[in-house]
Amino acid sequence: MPHPSRLAAAAAAFAFVALAASACAPQPEAGGSGPSGAASGSASAAGTPASCAPDALATKARGKLTVGTDTPAYAPWFQDDDPANGKGYESAVAYAVARELGFAKEDVVWQKVAFNNAFAPGEKTFDFDINQVSVNEDRRKAVDLSTGYYDVRQAVIALKDSEAAKATTLAELKGARLGAQVGTTSLDVINEQIQPRQRPSVFQKNDLAKAALKNGQVDAIVVDLPTAFYITGAEVPEAKVVGQFATTPGAGAKEQFGLVLDKGSALTACVSRAVDALRADGTLAALEKQWLSDAAGAPVLK
Amino acid sequence: MTFAKEDAPRDGTPSDKGGDTGRGPGQDKDQGRGPDRGPDENQGPDKDQGRGPDRGPDKNQGPGPDAYTPSARRIERERFKRSRTRRATAVAALSTLVTLAVLYVVVTGSPGWPRTKETFLDGEYARQALPLVLDGLWLNLRLLAVCGAVTLVLGLLLAVARTLRGPALFPLRALATAYVDFFRGLPLIICLLAVIFGLPALRLQGVPTDPVVLGGIALSLTYSAYMAEVFRAGIESVHPSQRAAARSLGLSSAQTMRFVVLPQAVRRVVPPLLNDLVSLQKDTGLVSIAGAVDAVYAAQILASKTFNYTPYVVAGLVFVVLTIPMTRFTDWVTARMNRRQSQGGTV
Repeated sequence: MPHPSRLAAAAAAFAFVALAASACAPQPEAGGSGPSGAASGSASAAGTPASCAPDALATKARGKLTVGTDTPAYAPWFQDDDPANGKGYESAVAYAVARELGFAKEDVVWQKVAFNNAFAPGEKTFDFDINQVSVNEDRRKAVDLSTGYYDVRQAVIALKDSEAAKATTLAELKGARLGAQVGTTSLDVINEQIQPRQRPSVFQKNDLAKAALKNGQVDAIVVDLPTAFYITGAEVPEAKVVGQFATTPGAGAKEQFGLVLDKGSALTACVSRAVDALRADGTLAALEKQWLSDAAGAPVLK
Repeated sequence: MTFAKEDAPRDGTPSDKGGDTGRGPGQDKDQGRGPDRGPDENQGPDKDQGRGPDRGPDKNQGPGPDAYTPSARRIERERFKRSRTRRATAVAALSTLVTLAVLYVVVTGSPGWPRTKETFLDGEYARQALPLVLDGLWLNLRLLAVCGAVTLVLGLLLAVARTLRGPALFPLRALATAYVDFFRGLPLIICLLAVIFGLPALRLQGVPTDPVVLGGIALSLTYSAYMAEVFRAGIESVHPSQRAAARSLGLSSAQTMRFVVLPQAVRRVVPPLLNDLVSLQKDTGLVSIAGAVDAVYAAQILASKTFNYTPYVVAGLVFVVLTIPMTRFTDWVTARMNRRQSQGGTV
């Protein structure tokens, strides 16, 4: 016969485990999936203006808007690795969206969120995340994405004295050693449009891709066009923009960056509407002109 | 030298053999070796049972009319032991079932479970991920084979260099010690970054720029330092009397190392060495920092494209499955070594 006190101890242990596990289970969130911001050009009729007022919005911190982005925050999207200074395209867009929602500049709180954490299924630490995240259907299953705030084009950069720099067509890049950052559409562009003979190198950060380009470990790297102009202009002057891709693959004909929100977030409709309003009144175009280089400077690779 | 005790006289009195360990007292002598043993054969405490020459290899019952029959008390004792074993098994099974049930209910009943399930355990994404992950795994395996061989050899050389005697060899000892200290302490990721991005930046002729080769070099640098310490521990665990005996038999110090010390040392450290190899197998993925796509990185590429974590789970399971045969192999080697040590048969 097992000792009665030992049985009791075992039972207590099980009870404790069960209790502890249920105690640390979070409360189920109220509300199912909100309307996810389907890409629609016009302002959707979801939500009246009153429901998008700052005090009516269920933000993380009452009266504050918490915005996430990765660190380091790269130019030209941010400047001086400081998203809170309002400089750089994405920083400016975040403040414009906040203003559209009715938050003052000082009510915007920045939160460091690594790219991989932005789509983790747990509780989000931000109201929305702005981190050059391209919209696609797979991603919509995991998070809510706002309507697009920037139309992305991808570009190839190579060292000026390399073979790849002379390319004028996609076919001429087939033999090159190409690189791109992990999780970017740049990588999809390489695989789907260039289809190189050699497997592309995939880098954790653009910094490593730049280092490999300088060392000659890759012949060319693919990044989005504003980044390409920034790299060739400021960071790797010995490289040049070889050209841009006509259209990028994906859900639609054009690739767009969207703001990331928690799946079923109550804010999605309001944030999407704010982005649409900014596009309609020309704010986005003005900010693009102010912070990003003109895309006309790069030839299109056929 | 003492002599192992003879077995109980075979006259029908119950001896205490065969129930539990089957070992009489007083036969575990580690050093009392007969003079007829070879010099390289120091394992093996003496014969297990001190069997007489007329005994079969492992049976205690000699045939014949005076065959051993267990007493009633002994039969009773064995029955009691069996019943205790059965009950212990039953209790273990029950507690395991209860634990699993509690875990299952807690996990699947949690409010975030549906979301977690579709984020981590999605069949469709798993199907997409598996071929990509296996494709990347080929890189891990190639790196493991090459770096494993290189680190074992280099580690052994370093360990021998550190244990050399003699004042003239001081610089070699000091260099080996400095190397091991440095690379064992240097974080692997920094070693990888320095080698992969630093070496090509020197623009030296003949230096490889292939990130996989460079990554392999960085892994070998760090892991050979680990292995060197394991080998050194093995070498130093060989009793000084072994060396003394070998030298007194006229072996030179190199021969002593080669024929007496190293065979014992290496046998003793096989488990920790395999531990390091398993660890190396998992760390091969870190060369992906240079852009090469290994199994884990292939999973990350798909995961960050789709915002779904299932590929990571697939890659993790693939690695676990890969490690299992290695672990079994380790266990088998260890068991075989133990058998050899406790039997003292020829090695």
